[in-house]
Amino acid sequence: MYVLIVGAGKVGWNLARELVEKENEVTVIESNRRRYEVVEEELEHSIHYGDGTELWVLERAGIGRADLVIAVTGDDEDNILICQMAQEKYSIERVIARCNNPRNLQHFELLGIKPAVSATDLILRLIEHEVPKYGLVHLLDLKEERLEIIEIEVPEGCPAAGSTVKDLGLPDGALVISILRDRGGFVPVGDSVITAGDEVLLVLDIGLEEIVTERFACP
Amino acid sequence: MFVLIVGSGRVGSAVAKSMLSDGHEVSVLDENPEAIALLNRGQDESWEDLGGSFTVGTALEIDALLEAGIDRADAFLASTDGDNTNIVIAQIAKKRFEVELVVVRVLDPGRAKWYAQQGLQTVCPTQTAIELLEAAVRGHKSSRGGAG
Repeated sequence: MYVLIVGAGKVGWNLARELVEKENEVTVIESNRRRYEVVEEELEHSIHYGDGTELWVLERAGIGRADLVIAVTGDDEDNILICQMAQEKYSIERVIARCNNPRNLQHFELLGIKPAVSATDLILRLIEHEVPKYGLVHLLDLKEERLEIIEIEVPEGCPAAGSTVKDLGLPDGALVISILRDRGGFVPVGDSVITAGDEVLLVLDIGLEEIVTERFACP
Repeated sequence: MFVLIVGSGRVGSAVAKSMLSDGHEVSVLDENPEAIALLNRGQDESWEDLGGSFTVGTALEIDALLEAGIDRADAFLASTDGDNTNIVIAQIAKKRFEVELVVVRVLDPGRAKWYAQQGLQTVCPTQTAIELLEAAVRGHKSSRGGAG
């Protein structure tokens, strides 16, 4: 497969290496002279010097016969343009764009550039997965027993605020074991009322966290 | 008419000033807070006292574009110093905000021509200069008696 990569930063250079290793034909375009010279020592004739948003530079690099165009410069507008021209002017079916600022993902989407990969966004999603909601603390994970104990804050306006424990609507496998309020704590009964500002300790089967935290999330 | 101009360099600021003096409502967006100097230059009153508005922000930021009033703009002019920025924000103005008139400055004749074919109203100062220079040379009758 012939792969054209625009941008010889860390991402572009490493991609080129890996793709060459897997026996693809690769050309990289880099517009910074010094960077070009550094990378050229390794990639030799596989790197071209020039502005990869200029049509003649893309054409000199053989964009017309590329199976895949990857735009990984540090500028989102450049990456958008490269992929847009690849798709629409040169009819390249497969493009991949790097999105540096996750707020710009909407522009890639608007202009039909898919997939756009944002490292920042990926890491943010991982963080969300690891820490699903603000105000949630994993007190104890019993991996073998497949149980966890979490502490969660009760914000104003969430479904749990003002509800009794028995009306919380928790799924089977989730149990409120303690309510912390005014520097004290107590073990609630079914009729105990949860109020905004409380911290609630729950024991859960692993996998129920998402359903349970919904009860404590503001709409 | 409400005119939004993104990029307050020599070109953007000059167009902004003449649109304002024609009686239009004009809003200018630039990432450099000091770019307002070009709007104030040569005027008796400051840009804002004359009724123009000025927003500091990056062209690709939707919040900045909204603050500058893109959702009610009748005309949108992309005149930052980056061709690719101009081409991208012009498409955002057209496709997302459905601005009626979108004009984009593109210095590179290659990109200007191709995007014009795609339906963007591009203005290419480089191409204009090429044509004017060619016409000037062609129109000259040499008195030195050389060929042609």
